[in-house]
Amino acid sequence: MIRTERLEKSFGKLHVLKGIDVEFKAGQVVSVIGHNGSGKTTLIKCILGMVLADKGNIYVDEKSIAGDFRYRENIGYMPQIGHYPENMKIGQIFRMMKDLRKNADVLDESLMEEYKLSELFEKPMHALSGGTTQKVSASLAFLFNPKVLILDEPTAGLDPLATEILKTKILEAKGKGKLVIITSHIMSEVEEMADTVMYLYEGKVNFYNSITELKQQTGEEKVGKAIAKIMKESAHV
Amino acid sequence: MFKIAKYVMYDILRSKVLIAYSLFLLLVSFSLFSMEENSSKSLISLMSVVMIIVPLVSIIFSTTYFYNAYQFIELLVAQPINRSSILLGEFIGVSVSLLFALFTGVGIPVLIYAPDSTGLVLMISGFALTLSFISLAFFSSVAMRDKAKGIGMSLMLWFYFSVIYDGLVLGILFSFNEYPLEKAVIALASFNPIDLGRIIILMKMDISALMGLTGAVYKQFFGSNFGIIYSLSIMLMWIILPMLIALRIFRKKNL
Repeated sequence: MIRTERLEKSFGKLHVLKGIDVEFKAGQVVSVIGHNGSGKTTLIKCILGMVLADKGNIYVDEKSIAGDFRYRENIGYMPQIGHYPENMKIGQIFRMMKDLRKNADVLDESLMEEYKLSELFEKPMHALSGGTTQKVSASLAFLFNPKVLILDEPTAGLDPLATEILKTKILEAKGKGKLVIITSHIMSEVEEMADTVMYLYEGKVNFYNSITELKQQTGEEKVGKAIAKIMKESAHV
Repeated sequence: MFKIAKYVMYDILRSKVLIAYSLFLLLVSFSLFSMEENSSKSLISLMSVVMIIVPLVSIIFSTTYFYNAYQFIELLVAQPINRSSILLGEFIGVSVSLLFALFTGVGIPVLIYAPDSTGLVLMISGFALTLSFISLAFFSSVAMRDKAKGIGMSLMLWFYFSVIYDGLVLGILFSFNEYPLEKAVIALASFNPIDLGRIIILMKMDISALMGLTGAVYKQFFGSNFGIIYSLSIMLMWIILPMLIALRIFRKKNL
């Protein structure tokens, strides 16, 4: 569903992505892990077209995304830290997004309802706590029923109840055959939600395989320990 | 594009800065018109104010607005919306709001006290200057990642066009005063939207005689039909070109 081909990106002298070749398929829940600054967010932003790659291509449904913007109709994105116009109220944000995205015929408002956001519709964005902003971001990502969900550190800042609701929603999306890409530092969450792990190390794909494969390779029971083992190995090389 | 413009306008029209700007212009216009019996004298004073205040407010307001709307732009870029539509939508939204403020602050008093062709030309120049300085503001905001640098660049552009440029022109005229400079003078005026706006208004007021030989040259050129078309199209270039460059940069920008 999403394929990258020798993707490279530098910011000035900083070489962030050094040739990424991966393929994400529908029905997968991929967890992208890596150190801070390993290029996770840059990779996500490249797929979203927010950052333009220097070299290489990205294909969504076998079509190159270069110069295209319509492919984003199929993507729901939840940023690490949601930034919204401060003067607007929650309700206005939702109305505006529905107005701006034309494919709003099959809306999925279940997350919005479960987070009881409609009770807060009159609250301005600048008065919201970090957690509530994350709830808004999550609800917006799922709102348009996209085929691909890209969630950048989705549970950071969410309370346990909100996290559980989001996890259930992610697993439900997987059941519907959607592709979900998550970056997370919390290994227990990776174990709960993801079926595939992609480990980025200094701008390269160090490991990209299913969790069962990961456990077999390292001989560890827990995903956290298995990943730590891989991280250590790659640091030695 | 127009939907984005709608939300931008919705955001700006409630801002206190814009209301203060309209009220300030309104105050200046009414006091100038009530001080003088002769409305064309007031128009000249009003022109001097408009030529300084309007470009300054347009460029600084648009630059700060752009940086404050950066998060909104980021949000939009991740949506299925063309990047050019995003920037043009922002441009239209800011433009309509600032033109609206200028119309309330200067347009209404002019319509009341001096509803003649000179007043109309003053309004058109004011509108064109507003648009070209918004366009310049978008150029510097897109070119500079850092907010302080962007605002600094906008201030420099304004300072250059309203102060430094005139000094340079004077210097050139003074050092080459033994040569025929008629064509050069016209060309020099085209490189500064503020000068161009001022000349268009002065030509309309028929006081070019006060400006000596240069005034006569201006009158002959800018007073003709060709001159009017020429100056309007150069004004238009000053609106379109900076925005075109801004669009080119924005399409390739990493957000």
